[in-house]
Amino acid sequence: MSITRDEVAHLARLSRLALSDEELDHLAPQLGQIISAVAQVQEVAADGIPPTSHATGLTNVFREDEPAPCLTPEEALSGAPAVEMRRFKVPRILVEE
Amino acid sequence: MDELITMTAAELSAAMAAGEVSAAEVTTAHLDRIAAVDDKVRAFLHVAADEALAQAREVDSKRQAGEPLGPLAGVPVAVKDLFTTLGMPTTCGSKILEGWRPPYESTITRRLRDAGAVLIGKTNMDEFAMGSSTENSGFGASHNPWDLDKVPGGSSGGSAAAVAAYEAPLALGTDTGGSIRQPAAVCGIVGTKPTYGGSSRYGVVAFASSLDTPGPFGRTVLDAALLHEAMSGHDPMDSTSIDAPVPPVVEAARHGDVAGLRIGVVTEFSGDGYQPGVMARFTEAVELLESLGAKVTEISCPHFKYALPAYYLIAPSEASSNLARFDGMRYGLRAGTGSAEEVMALTRAAGFGAEVKRRIILGTYALSSGYYDAYYGKAQQVRTLIIRDFDAAFGQVDVLVSPVTPTTAFPLGERADDPMAMYLADLCTIPTDLAGNAAISVPCGLADEDGLPAGLQVMAPPLADDRLYRVAAAVEAALEQRWGHPLLAEAKGLTAK
Amino acid sequence: MTVSYEAALGRYEPVFGLETHVELGTRTKMFCGCGTTFGAEPNSQTCPVCLGLPGSLPVVNRVAIEFAIKIGLALNCSIASWCRFARKNYFYPDMPKNFQISQYDEPLCVDGYLDVAVGGKTVRVGIERVHLEEDTGKSLHVGGATGRIHGAEYSLVDYNRAGIPLVEIVTRPVPGTGFLAPEVARAYVTELRDVLRTLGVSDVRMEEGSLRCDVNTSLSARGSSVWGTRTETKNVNSLRSVERAIRSEVARQAEVLDDGGRVIQETRHFHEDTGVTTSGRSKEEAQDYRYFPEPDLVPVAPAEEWVKSIAASLPELPSARRARLIEAWSLSELEFEALRNAGALDVVEATIAHGASPADARKWWLGELARRANDAGIDVSELPITPAQVARVAELVAAGTLNDRLARQVIDGVLDEEGTPDEVVAARGLAVVSDDSALLGAIDEAIAANPDVVARIRSGKVQAAGVLVGSVMKATGGKADAARVRELIMERLA
Repeated sequence: MSITRDEVAHLARLSRLALSDEELDHLAPQLGQIISAVAQVQEVAADGIPPTSHATGLTNVFREDEPAPCLTPEEALSGAPAVEMRRFKVPRILVEE
Repeated sequence: MDELITMTAAELSAAMAAGEVSAAEVTTAHLDRIAAVDDKVRAFLHVAADEALAQAREVDSKRQAGEPLGPLAGVPVAVKDLFTTLGMPTTCGSKILEGWRPPYESTITRRLRDAGAVLIGKTNMDEFAMGSSTENSGFGASHNPWDLDKVPGGSSGGSAAAVAAYEAPLALGTDTGGSIRQPAAVCGIVGTKPTYGGSSRYGVVAFASSLDTPGPFGRTVLDAALLHEAMSGHDPMDSTSIDAPVPPVVEAARHGDVAGLRIGVVTEFSGDGYQPGVMARFTEAVELLESLGAKVTEISCPHFKYALPAYYLIAPSEASSNLARFDGMRYGLRAGTGSAEEVMALTRAAGFGAEVKRRIILGTYALSSGYYDAYYGKAQQVRTLIIRDFDAAFGQVDVLVSPVTPTTAFPLGERADDPMAMYLADLCTIPTDLAGNAAISVPCGLADEDGLPAGLQVMAPPLADDRLYRVAAAVEAALEQRWGHPLLAEAKGLTAK
Repeated sequence: MTVSYEAALGRYEPVFGLETHVELGTRTKMFCGCGTTFGAEPNSQTCPVCLGLPGSLPVVNRVAIEFAIKIGLALNCSIASWCRFARKNYFYPDMPKNFQISQYDEPLCVDGYLDVAVGGKTVRVGIERVHLEEDTGKSLHVGGATGRIHGAEYSLVDYNRAGIPLVEIVTRPVPGTGFLAPEVARAYVTELRDVLRTLGVSDVRMEEGSLRCDVNTSLSARGSSVWGTRTETKNVNSLRSVERAIRSEVARQAEVLDDGGRVIQETRHFHEDTGVTTSGRSKEEAQDYRYFPEPDLVPVAPAEEWVKSIAASLPELPSARRARLIEAWSLSELEFEALRNAGALDVVEATIAHGASPADARKWWLGELARRANDAGIDVSELPITPAQVARVAELVAAGTLNDRLARQVIDGVLDEEGTPDEVVAARGLAVVSDDSALLGAIDEAIAANPDVVARIRSGKVQAAGVLVGSVMKATGGKADAARVRELIMERLA
């Protein structure tokens, strides 16, 4: 089971990783190997087996609608690379969501 | 070597309570040790000397004022750099968070502080907990105190090395695929993965949310139990936290006993790829258990062989999503110029190491439309089958045992460019993480080939963590009796007493 | 645009659907205890959880679940016995985690409907699903001409709104409404808004963004059962825009199809000023959100007893209220719709409770008061006059103390905050003059001043008396009962 360089490039774009050409060259065969190995799971006959997303079996964990202390704006902004008008300053966004 | 640093946490606690030594003296001794050896071990990313001494002095004042203090008061604890801590940086072993100081504290370190523990520093780790050797750290690898050319295991390698090198009696780690147990085994110390949900993940930077489990390291079974008990318990800030009393692990650690216990040896964890010296020590440990009165049988868990592939689908998938937040917009590294989209991509490319990038791509692939069912979906089904294997097994035995990892500490650099070889280190530990069970690694001797430590893994059902300590304590006591001293006394070099 | 809406309807059948996002009026956010008050200082209502700081974890707000169940029940949905949250993964600076916690294939409520009345007919709009998710932060785009993203140099992000609980309500496609599609869509949003307001789960102000609509539109050829490609239109910020957006999209798609082209599946942006939609993001490069169950949250399995108790606590819903009031007040559907559209149901009901007749209550609220509210640009319920006061005015008219004209002046007085109706009547001396003798003076004067009019009256042209009545009304400052004045004049001239 291989994965092409183009597929890796597409996945890199999806996950916002600006990989260099060398990285892309290097990753594709490595990932191909790994994907072949993990594809082993498909050998398992699992018809009718429910998937497990949570091991604990817990359900209905809630909090009450009561206010809790929050961070001050200074604390919230404390790690920010750029701040303006008490907001996080980010570079221009190209595509509107 | 200062005696204070070779004492166990339990011994230090007793000595401080008896007024024989102050917390400040204990902390100072450990800070001196760190200064003396850490340039070689490289266990620490940050040493909080001033804060630690301040915490120690506070404990001393409280003791003088006659305030009641718990068993960890004044005891130094090293903290894996995956836990958010106030007043100390938190890097997760990554350049993308270099210098980040979180504005909040994890529940576990908050509880330890409240218990009077001295948080002595943040330890090195594989970047975002992805790895088995600390070689994936963005700040250089840590070294195994038994042999500085060998890895200390990972991802909690810095914590394990710190304890093995007597830089701290206790340390915090996290276990997602074996990241506490495997370093514990290759460093010759005790490490536990508690039941998933038994210790709070609030403030523990997420790698694979449904698997991550914070846990303790100690040089003895009792020490690990003391930390286990202090750090565990329900947390309303963590929805996956179990609302049940902490299993009585300290009590169990004080009363090691396996008479009449049914022990299952997992068939699938042996054979090719297992270092003979590791298997030899494991087999001896099993025989020892039998001689102590346990009933040993072989148990097959047929789906365990799919655990590794399932894990390397589930963990990277969750990680690819958990790590999306690191984009240079709100904290951490911001690299490059251009649009927000470009800066995000450049930041992540510059800040993440190779293994992290690999797993993000793999995880993104496994979750993509068209691939989800065959990969992530299938892996979650395999997870169910593994849980059923465990349930069936625990219907017949009280605990399962196996080696912790197929080999002893491998040389630094040996597997760094071979991800698949690196992944094999987790073979025996992964099933427990997928099922959410509890497991412990307790030292069981040195491999003949290289004189390096091997560990015995004991696995128990969820919420039966105390059972682990009961077995581990029995093994530890019996082995000490057989050897005439604790394992670490055999160590050369840095771990030598 | 060369194809008109009407022309388009001649050749095509519109099919529409609506996705509505509702901001819940909980005290705290969906997954953390931060406050939800609008308009706070930037980044002053955040915590590690809603900022998505490394290591933070979400915990579900129980009241948000309750509100969502209430909405589902009011929309006749089935409530899931077990469901999970899911992560919707995509990168965007206003989303702190670069994924949104939402629900994917396991929504909390499914398979419901909402009946809406348009032009006297009932249309049943199917509800496909109701689910919960968290809102994003808000950005200011700086440097561009319009404050929008295009051309901006950078953006400033405030995460106060990140994590606010949102309920998403998705309709099934609605075919078969023909040329009434825009009205039906608008009626659906109106009715939905009323239901939500009645439930008390949100203040549903479209202008403030606590109720947001995306409109999906497609066309099928007349007589065909094959549905066309649909487009999604965003930025629909008012009821009127809902109508206009559909109208505009139908006409646009018709033109494309008439030209032999193909409608592209895309997201379009509605412009209030021009009333047309423009192309936004193409949905053909559809985002792969890589949904998977949220591992930091455990499943939600609402207990049957809990759902039953919520159902039992539901207030009277608009549809039930409509049926009740139509009967009680003997209204036609259209009359009821007029009341409802004017936002006057509550005040009319309260006025009747204070003793006014349904006819009187409707007359005043839909007439004079609606006009005053419109002029001031507010809802009738916001006028500084209470239903009790309106009932009192109606009472005074019925008793003959006021006539309509005087009553309007009394209402003016109350609205200008001069006091209660009785106080205004007293202060301004607005009571109808009921003492005949007081009128006789004015009547004699009018008669004396208009001999030719008197002559005409005496010669049989009785209607000429109106001139004299007008004169007397003027002389008394309108405070006479016109009918009585006429009587007295005729008596005088007899």
